[in-house]
Amino acid sequence: MSIFETTALSVAGIAAETATGAAAATRANIMEMTQAAEEAVLAPEDTGAFPHELRAALAARVARLNGDNALAGRYLAKAGTFAGLADTGTDGSAEDLAAVVGFFDKVAARTADVAAEDIAALQAAGVSDADIVRLCELNAFLAYQIRLIAGLRLMQGDAA
Amino acid sequence: MTRIVHKFTRSVPDWQPRVTPVKLEEATPEQLDALKVTPSNTKVSAYVLTLAHDVESLKVRSPLFNAIMYDPGGMSRAEREVGALAASMVNRCIYCAAVHADRHAKLEKSTEVTDELFLNGPNARLSPRDRAIFDFAVKLAKAPPEAGAEDMAKLREAGLSEEEILDLILSSALFGWANRLMHVLGDPVAKTAKA
Repeated sequence: MSIFETTALSVAGIAAETATGAAAATRANIMEMTQAAEEAVLAPEDTGAFPHELRAALAARVARLNGDNALAGRYLAKAGTFAGLADTGTDGSAEDLAAVVGFFDKVAARTADVAAEDIAALQAAGVSDADIVRLCELNAFLAYQIRLIAGLRLMQGDAA
Repeated sequence: MTRIVHKFTRSVPDWQPRVTPVKLEEATPEQLDALKVTPSNTKVSAYVLTLAHDVESLKVRSPLFNAIMYDPGGMSRAEREVGALAASMVNRCIYCAAVHADRHAKLEKSTEVTDELFLNGPNARLSPRDRAIFDFAVKLAKAPPEAGAEDMAKLREAGLSEEEILDLILSSALFGWANRLMHVLGDPVAKTAKA
């Protein structure tokens, strides 16, 4: 895969022969590792409690919360039966995932406000510690990818 | 009693997980490999043992983190630390902010910039270049990101090259990631005297 086919550079619309593309090429290793990190959180071998389609739906949801509909669309295409969760007007209760979705939204959009009680609430809802870490890794990676894409668009001169 | 640290500081606190970390003696071969545990290196932090619950992520995250913060070329290491610190201040990751303010001060051999930032926040008196870097990194770290064309123009006016701008985007964005692990999965606690 060329670095220009990675999610970040292709969603941001960066072409090789541009100034932004040339800068990205100097960090080709970082662009490749960013894509590997996406694979690790969106499509891990050990999914824990969160199958790939659910992960894709949550990714689409966070992209939408951050106003990135292009990235959301890419993840939504892989969300299968969980696609409804990408609608930020839903709260996950229809899928019996209200605790997970509420936590996910808060970590994504109100990070500073997250406190020990939020982790305790997930544990009380029966989410294992390993699954809490998996959720945070998925959410945290998306925070990075969304901001990398937003920054690349600004470099290229696209309206935010 | 543990004392949770609520204010920004350059004194790096301890980090206390809110979930139970992987126990080294129960770790799988894959976890041990990702943790780089060898008979001569058995010291692993509670943070890394916590992340070992998701070993596939841990394996790819560490080299990516190191490349963004330390690879040669592009933006100086100290300025990348400003990007990391800005995001950590937005997300109130006290631990991350302490580590990266301390690194900035050591790299610059001066506490002036980080003293200003912790004392005066957004109103800190900074050089025009640091001002442009800090403001861009803060706005990019918001949810949703608030950085715009004007902020990008200020980076270029301050003399940043395209490679430096990309490194700044990467360091601020990377701490959007790191903050959502450290600030969410644990508490910063005041160091206790070692027995």
